Amino acid sequence: MLKIKNLHVSIEGKEILRGLNLEVNPGEVHAVMGPNGTGKSTLALVITGREGYEITEGEITYKGKDLFELSTEERALEGIFLGFQYPVEIPGVSMTNFMRTALNEHRKYRGLDPISAADFLARMEEKRKLVDIHDKLTNRSVNEGFSGGEKKRNEIFQMAILEPSLAILDETDSGLDIDALKVVANGVNKLRSKDNSTIIITHYQRLLEHIIPDFVHVLFDGRIVKSGGKELALELEQKGYEWLKAEAV
Amino acid sequence: METELKEKITGLFEKNRERIFSNDPPEISHLREESFNRFLELDFPSTRLEGWKNTDLKKVLGRDYNFYFEPLDEKIDFDKIFQCEVPDFDTHIISLYNGWYIYRDKPLVKLPNGTIIGSFAKALKEYPEIVLKHFNKYAKNRVNGLNALNTAYAQDGVFIYVPDGVEAYKTIQMVNVLNREDDLFVQNRNLVVLGKNSKLTLVHCDDSHNFKSSFTNSVTEIYLDEGSYLNHYKLQNLNNNTSLINSTFFQQEKDSNLSTFAISLNGGLIRNDLNITLNGSGSNADVFGLYLVDKEQHVDNQVYIDHAKPNCTSNELFKGILDDQGSAVFNGHILVRKDAQKTNAYQTNRNILLTDKATVNSKPFLEIYADDVRCSHGATVGQLDDNAMFYIKSRGISEYNAKLLLMYAFAAEVINRISIAPLKDRIDDLVKKRLRGELAVCDQCVLHCKNQEKKYEFNIDMSKI
Repeated sequence: MLKIKNLHVSIEGKEILRGLNLEVNPGEVHAVMGPNGTGKSTLALVITGREGYEITEGEITYKGKDLFELSTEERALEGIFLGFQYPVEIPGVSMTNFMRTALNEHRKYRGLDPISAADFLARMEEKRKLVDIHDKLTNRSVNEGFSGGEKKRNEIFQMAILEPSLAILDETDSGLDIDALKVVANGVNKLRSKDNSTIIITHYQRLLEHIIPDFVHVLFDGRIVKSGGKELALELEQKGYEWLKAEAV
Repeated sequence: METELKEKITGLFEKNRERIFSNDPPEISHLREESFNRFLELDFPSTRLEGWKNTDLKKVLGRDYNFYFEPLDEKIDFDKIFQCEVPDFDTHIISLYNGWYIYRDKPLVKLPNGTIIGSFAKALKEYPEIVLKHFNKYAKNRVNGLNALNTAYAQDGVFIYVPDGVEAYKTIQMVNVLNREDDLFVQNRNLVVLGKNSKLTLVHCDDSHNFKSSFTNSVTEIYLDEGSYLNHYKLQNLNNNTSLINSTFFQQEKDSNLSTFAISLNGGLIRNDLNITLNGSGSNADVFGLYLVDKEQHVDNQVYIDHAKPNCTSNELFKGILDDQGSAVFNGHILVRKDAQKTNAYQTNRNILLTDKATVNSKPFLEIYADDVRCSHGATVGQLDDNAMFYIKSRGISEYNAKLLLMYAFAAEVINRISIAPLKDRIDDLVKKRLRGELAVCDQCVLHCKNQEKKYEFNIDMSKI
């Protein structure tokens, strides 16, 4: 599904990713862990096509296509979804309208007619329950006045509506209390399937108690320095990242 | 060139004196003479004047315009060329065609409840007592050459009188249509008088019908007596060769309430000179504006609010989106006089520039002489938010639709304050069309009744689902 080879990325001349390799197959859940400032969010933003990052070397293919040939919206239409670390507030654009517009763009891309009002509302209602998001929130402007936890739930809600084939969740657990964390994890688990893949970017192991990953990678200094199974996450939790720093040098 | 126009105007004034003065009570004739001399002295406003620094009339005043001193199209069947069919929006339509009031049945109609609606020229003759009490009492002849010229020259316009305690039964819609094969210089004079505790909704549409380069110098005086309520909408959709100077003067007495909108959808050069005097305690003015400017268009909003008496409030919100080489000006002047204690005055101007070449000059100005007041002002000029654009696009929404969503959301803050639902829906449609570049000025009027919003995948209005 996703193949990243020798990826080098710079921002304003400073190299953030320095030869990153990663392969994600359909149905897999990958966790990317690592200390702050090692390039985890950069990886997420480069995959989704945020401007301002310079790709100096390497390639990413997604479903066999060169990702760098596609715009942000085309990547989304091809099934890539980013759960933002800091979801953006958009005053004046209602959640309902935002999602309906997005969903209809996806349908158009697949040659389908716009969704009917009744079907759309039914879908909103179904997915809303999945992440236990209050219907008052879905009637408000996008993320405006949402609490930190509500914003993160709202990301999973959008993911549920759009049904991506590759979801990247960037620090979705940060700022969540344990109940909210369970709700979010539950939402992600329910959306797991043999065809869909997930990349979970996280600092802590605790989300991985609720979403069991198939692979855990440690990102350090712009490279994946260690990969393993779910046990690696526990090891990191106990030992911290220091031992890897020593290994990486 | 401007001098040529001034000379032409002088010559025509002398030559057509008899015709211009034909409906006047003697007081008005005297005022015309005086105002004409004032115009000669003041001249057309130049960029040397502070209030005109960023709006240069030189180019448009350099054109050769035709002036007419009597109606040319008396026999046209206006209802055949113009119809307004906003769904569920029943209005009493009155129209000016090339600057002249269209008679239909009668030049002045007096409704059973005492409301008088009709031609300003005829009102001068038939209701001089009402006209003389208010005419030119609020306009700024002394300082504004264009106002003075209007007072000297203007022969016709709209007259509306709502008696004390009367609630006008229907929204009154004033429609200005210019449609001639030559370039017109048109001067309307409108007078609207609301009696004590009366209520009126007035929708004032400025439309050009063809693509000629007309210049409209319009002056409207509106008097709100004690406890009256006016819901006022000025909608502007003009061709790119048109210049419109819209000077409106609101005089508000005790406990009166004004809500006014200046919505500029299209036009070559538009200047809204809005002057509000809160002349009685407990009065309130809500002043909203939205301007969508592109190509080489220019929109200038001057809002002057005079808090003359205590316990009054004013709220201003003006928002603009500028594309291409479009330019806009916002000057908001709030004066709080010494006696105007307990004043609340708020002013906000926000702008989005879509290109490097678009410009905005925004100048808030508070002049406060009272000490117990609450006033605030804020002005911003920015671009569409990059983070929001990325967020929207990351959901699969195209760049084009992402921009539309953000621009519409920006404009909606003003649109959402429109209290008449059918009108709000219509303006909502118009703004969406305008943002998509689909709004044509050759359609029938600002409200484009005949062109219902077509089905479109970018569907923003969720109230319809």
